[in-house]
Amino acid sequence: MSNGWSLTAGFSALLGPVLLAQQRGDFWLPQRASSEAGAVDHLFYFIFGVSAFFFLLIVVLALLFVLRYRRRPGREVEPSPSHNLKLELTWSIIPIIIVIVIFALGFQRFLDMATPPANSYEIQVTGQKWKWFFTYPSGFVSDELHVPVDEPVKLVLTSEDVIHSLYIPAFRIKKDAVPGRYSTAWFRAIEPGQYLLLCAEYCGTGHSDMQTWTVVHEPGGFETWLAKASNFLDTLSPAEAGERLYKTKGCAQCHSVDGAGGIGPSFRDLYGHRQALRGGAEVTVEENYVRESILDPQAKVVAGFEPVMPTYQGKLSDREITAIIAYLKQLASGAQEVP
Amino acid sequence: MSTTTDVSGTPAALGENYLNCAHGLRSWLLTLDHKRIGVMYLISILASFFLGGVLALLVRTELLTPQRTIVDAQTYNQLFTLHGAVMIFLFIIPGIPAALGNFVLPMMLGAKDVAFPRLNLLSYHLWLLGAVFALASIVLGAVDTGWTFYTPYSTTTGTSVVAVTLGVFILGFSSIFTGLNFVVTIHKMRPAGMGWFQMPLFLWGLYATAIIQILATPVLGITLLLLIVERVFGVGIFDPALGGDPVLFQHFFWFYSHPAVYIMILPAMGVISELVSVFSRKRIFGYKAIAYSSVAIAVLSFLVWGHHMFVSGQSALANMIFSALTFSVSIPSAIKVFNWLATMYKGSIRLDTPMLYVLSFLFLFGIGGLTGLFLGALATDVHLHDTYFVVAHFHYVMMGGTVIAFLGGLHYWWPKMFGRMYSEKWGRIAALVIFVGFNLTFFTQFVMGSRGMPRRYYNYPEQFTPYHQLSTIGSYLLGAGFLIVAVYLLHSLVAGRPAPANPWGASSLEWQATSPPHPHNFAETPALRDPYDFSDLVYDPATGNYAPAKGADA
Repeated sequence: MSNGWSLTAGFSALLGPVLLAQQRGDFWLPQRASSEAGAVDHLFYFIFGVSAFFFLLIVVLALLFVLRYRRRPGREVEPSPSHNLKLELTWSIIPIIIVIVIFALGFQRFLDMATPPANSYEIQVTGQKWKWFFTYPSGFVSDELHVPVDEPVKLVLTSEDVIHSLYIPAFRIKKDAVPGRYSTAWFRAIEPGQYLLLCAEYCGTGHSDMQTWTVVHEPGGFETWLAKASNFLDTLSPAEAGERLYKTKGCAQCHSVDGAGGIGPSFRDLYGHRQALRGGAEVTVEENYVRESILDPQAKVVAGFEPVMPTYQGKLSDREITAIIAYLKQLASGAQEVP
Repeated sequence: MSTTTDVSGTPAALGENYLNCAHGLRSWLLTLDHKRIGVMYLISILASFFLGGVLALLVRTELLTPQRTIVDAQTYNQLFTLHGAVMIFLFIIPGIPAALGNFVLPMMLGAKDVAFPRLNLLSYHLWLLGAVFALASIVLGAVDTGWTFYTPYSTTTGTSVVAVTLGVFILGFSSIFTGLNFVVTIHKMRPAGMGWFQMPLFLWGLYATAIIQILATPVLGITLLLLIVERVFGVGIFDPALGGDPVLFQHFFWFYSHPAVYIMILPAMGVISELVSVFSRKRIFGYKAIAYSSVAIAVLSFLVWGHHMFVSGQSALANMIFSALTFSVSIPSAIKVFNWLATMYKGSIRLDTPMLYVLSFLFLFGIGGLTGLFLGALATDVHLHDTYFVVAHFHYVMMGGTVIAFLGGLHYWWPKMFGRMYSEKWGRIAALVIFVGFNLTFFTQFVMGSRGMPRRYYNYPEQFTPYHQLSTIGSYLLGAGFLIVAVYLLHSLVAGRPAPANPWGASSLEWQATSPPHPHNFAETPALRDPYDFSDLVYDPATGNYAPAKGADA
């Protein structure tokens, strides 16, 4: 594999084959579920070994000196040099060599982690206060990251608002999602299962709620999942499908579903009610008005709101619009039960 | 004039000294005496440390459970932001230089004051003004950005970012003026016969610190001004929505704030160099190596800021360069640690409270420094960045290093500053409680961090609950330790045994002054001597004082 590998191999053999053989993680590190995690952990334990050695050296010497040279009656300072070039060079050069090794290993493994294989499956990642969106090549968007096992996956990250950072501890990857930029990360999951996916860059009130799951599918399972999930118009009820579209197509950023104010009118209790429009007219919110507002949002803008909504012409199919209408109906009927 | 001689060991509490030479608040707030300014700084930074500590305990209490414990998410974010900002800008940056350094530096040179006493007072007044702005934000809507003020969050949040950044901007000038004063004082006011390499190493630490204060702090000032300009006038500098670049802010911010880490630790290393030598009663080992390594750290500290941005999307080449440079800065620190150990070898070690803090420092700073290797290495940093591993690492360096050294220095110079001895027994007990509490609080954070616990989390995955609870219990113990220190130090002011001029048998010049010192520091010009030669100092059991043996050079 690499020179660095053989260098630390000796150390890992000493430090605990048990620790590294198992995939479940250990006292210090979480489960190892990606192809690169093992290399990172090797380096971690190599540095751990170096640190433990020097730490013990410092503490043992300090204690030894305190015990032996403690001030007590009859004990005087013994003469000893206050300068020794050979000794000083030794304790400068040995650490220099060690840190050069650590640096080289860290860089070499980082390059592996930073260079996605050419055939990687690409997923777009968008961070937004306080949620992650994963867009698959088919255009389908989910709020959990689904990936196939044993296939390299490349993530292309960006953010809609402030800086976020995608962190999957079990894969040992982390990358900032920066607004106005694209950054990339990649991994190859080696074990099917569910792994925590966290936001690691502080992003405000809901920062710590920006957690979701990475779902690694069994061989073949990912394709099945994606086909089924992308086809949710067939498998879910229209209102459920509408809710999913609401969350993944950008409606949620401006329209609340709990009656709270926003850039656009809340969907709570909207359908079936009369709305005053800019310019004085009125309209009843029914199927055709909703459809028109999605495809030509500037045609009839509700009073009190700016005409800022982009058109969804070509972005939503008729079936999807129908599903969203079903969702709006549900939000309006549900609202009547709430006082 | 007082004729009390410095070597008689007679406590000067009854004679004229800088504490009783003038009375009233005005005599303090308008004083030009570096000792009084040092004491005012000491009181101010200790008050800040208390505030920051209370905030920390509130943060730790909230983290007892994975969901809400005592406050809501927004309040939690404000608490940890204020904890960081208060501790960094109000306490630890001015901590050792402005409080201990102000008091000790001129005396170590046998001088009457710093080079610019009025500028020194202005530094303190600016500190007060900056503190008012920074803390006013608590009333105006406490900031929730984290002490790092990352854009575009900080330019878009509704909290009072402008007040705090303005406060930090003013505090920056306070820091620059102190640095300027110290550089000039060390250059121009060394007594005849004291060359650069005859200075106590604490002064080398302060000198290296001052260089960073002067050169790096203006960058922070400029950065914060740009931030204010963006927020107030909507000029696009950092916010991509306005055509700016958010990562640029991180470069600017860390160009100051990484060197600032060395503003915090270099004077601490200087304190340790003094204490380890005095309490081992042995010449410091490798004087020149320690002195040069201080300067090396100061220079290299300017070249490593990019290691805060390894996962920001910075290029692999930049990452490689910053990683390599980061490792280079670890070498001078390692050299110092070995020198301190070698100083203890064959010495005559006294385990007084200050020396306990030295041992504590070696243990804690050892861990803090070595865990930096995990973060300097690129592959491991990707996993550990922005987790509790980083939180633990910098608390081991900043608190286990700087705060512990500050406490060591405070206990060492306390008799000189106030003319009273504190309870040695309680001093040792507190040092032990702090040591245990500290490790319980922060060692657990290493473990949860490397297991994937992100920092600045209000709600956290349940698997981390036991670590958080242990850490919180540790923080209460730590708080109790500091409380003990506060009680016996305050008690010593009223009931402490009068301190002799030189209770520890130290050789640097400040110990030739009475305790507390004369308003002009020395009633007579102090006899120049080697700061690390203790051979002629003899203990007098009657007074508790160390003085040169009869027949030795005056």
